[in-house]
Amino acid sequence: MKSAFFAGLSGFLFALGLGISGMTRPDVVLGFLDVLGAWDPSLLFVMAGAAGVYFVLYRLVLGRGRPLLAGAFQLPTRRDIDERLIAGSALFGVGWGLGGICPGPGIVAATSLALPFLVFFGAMVAGMLLFCLLFPKDAG
Amino acid sequence: MSLVLVLFALLMLATAVALWRGRREPSSLREGRLSVLRILLEAGWRAQFLVGMLLGGVVLAFAMPSALAFEVDRSLVVMAAAGLLVGFGTRLGSGCTSGHGVCDLPRLSPRSLVATLTFMATGVLTAVIVGRLLGGAA
Repeated sequence: MKSAFFAGLSGFLFALGLGISGMTRPDVVLGFLDVLGAWDPSLLFVMAGAAGVYFVLYRLVLGRGRPLLAGAFQLPTRRDIDERLIAGSALFGVGWGLGGICPGPGIVAATSLALPFLVFFGAMVAGMLLFCLLFPKDAG
Repeated sequence: MSLVLVLFALLMLATAVALWRGRREPSSLREGRLSVLRILLEAGWRAQFLVGMLLGGVVLAFAMPSALAFEVDRSLVVMAAAGLLVGFGTRLGSGCTSGHGVCDLPRLSPRSLVATLTFMATGVLTAVIVGRLLGGAA
């Protein structure tokens, strides 16, 4: 019950942070990515701020040895750089540069029920399902 | 109006689920099998995280609607293409700006540095090209 609450709270804070910082607005994101247009550095500050906070906190958290509500920490273990990482990131970047939205903001923005966001969200889910279809061993 | 439609759709979906589950032997609601809370508690942290996000979105929609404004000159077709690429690319690349950029870069992961530089590069290039083609975002 407690871990469910904190999982939900994390998502809630994440969504609020994305919204307040403007990351759910494609015009803000594209303002950063379109470096030849009227450049808006906001995204850089948001990422730096978030990464900075995470940098400090994750050391403190991992220093405890064990999480409070689970048996052990679950951390990504992969260190390899393969074609999928590069191809996937490249494709993701193209989609990001097209629409100005990435997965987190995409989910949050969809709650507005505005048609462009709903279309993006539906297509994003479809894209993820497409991955599962093409790479069934990695799905899950 | 669209909120009303969504709520109606959800109610119909819940009704369909109830009909489907009741077709064998009806179970008492009190046994909690149809309880939304129970479903959430057993759904795993990913689903719980997602629900939290959606609740955050709803709060934003009421408290700060300007955060969810769509003010770019992009057609629905472009948004659909963008969504497909983002969804597929994120799974293939095992992450996105939040996963690789915010969580893994501070862990000094070379894997995430490569991923972040790659999507930044293609992101900037795409945005610049599309921006020139369409005459800018805002």
